[in-house]
Amino acid sequence: MTEPDDQSSLKQLDERLKAARLQRDKDRGINQPGRSPASNAGVGFRIAVEMVAALVVGVGIGLLLDNWLGTKPWMLILFFILGCGAGFTNLIRVARDIDRKTRLAKQSKDSGGGQEG
Amino acid sequence: MAAGEKHSPLDQFKITALSDEPTMLGGFDISFTNSSAAMLVTVLAVTSFLVFSMRGRALIPGRWQSCAEICYEIVANMLRDNVGSEGRKYFPFIFSIFMFVLFGNLIGLIPGSFTFTSHVIVTFVMASVIFIGVTAIGFARHGLGYCRMFFPHGAPLWTAVILVPIELVSYLSRPLSLSVRLFANMVVGHVLLKVIAGFVIALGFFGIVPLAFLVGITALEFLVAALQAYIFTILTCIYLHDAIHMH
Repeated sequence: MTEPDDQSSLKQLDERLKAARLQRDKDRGINQPGRSPASNAGVGFRIAVEMVAALVVGVGIGLLLDNWLGTKPWMLILFFILGCGAGFTNLIRVARDIDRKTRLAKQSKDSGGGQEG
Repeated sequence: MAAGEKHSPLDQFKITALSDEPTMLGGFDISFTNSSAAMLVTVLAVTSFLVFSMRGRALIPGRWQSCAEICYEIVANMLRDNVGSEGRKYFPFIFSIFMFVLFGNLIGLIPGSFTFTSHVIVTFVMASVIFIGVTAIGFARHGLGYCRMFFPHGAPLWTAVILVPIELVSYLSRPLSLSVRLFANMVVGHVLLKVIAGFVIALGFFGIVPLAFLVGITALEFLVAALQAYIFTILTCIYLHDAIHMH
């Protein structure tokens, strides 16, 4: 109240800092989702690789165990199913990660645009 | 590999020994190949880039020093954001990986050179080293408690029968997904460049259209080269974070 100039300049500084931070976050997030078709394709590719990798590892373990234990089809069947499960676990994990990142980006945009609270 | 064709788009990935006679050691062919040469060149390029650009040690960096500092800061920020302060002591390793992959990808874009990251065995070995190292760090930090990693917190105990194998397979799939992502991106980019370059000659005058494409794709490939090095490193950081903090 006594020194309105100080207050307003502090507020200004705060706003400028916020804008600068937002800009930095924007610059830093190279693989932020929803920025361009190319990065969306990257997300799709990532999900595909995660799913296929889990399945391949599952089938590989199944075949190895079958060879080792002599239980011809059973381990393969079991680990194929487990590989599917692992693939979907990976998928959910990636999706959750992307979700969290989008929400963070939205949050920082919201708090950067107006006043917080 | 396409058989017969002299100039197949996959020819660029062929590994040939540089010496005439294969060098044998214990029954294995350990000849010095074009792949090893590319790796050696990459290591030399990274070392000389960092050593010579930082020789001035100026307070106000020049162009080269700025480049080196940008590389340092990218990795340092990545490590701080994804692993936290405990990750600082792994900085040399992460930085080496980043520079090796980045320079390998970029040197591979020079016409006539060889991209060693386009061979799945190379990326898989790198990913395996990371995977084994990270797992060792996890066990060293948490002891047997690291096995809790394979059981989601708060799930009913009887579900362990299904969940533990699934988590185990999911965990084991990490080196594969890490290596396949880098390798596939590099192969796709280079094959695309070769195939479209083939159209340029075949179409005669209208070859100017694929030529324009080629210019755009080459620029895109530089982006992909940098981005894939970045992603490879950031995933390493995420795995390291999991090992240190356990989720």
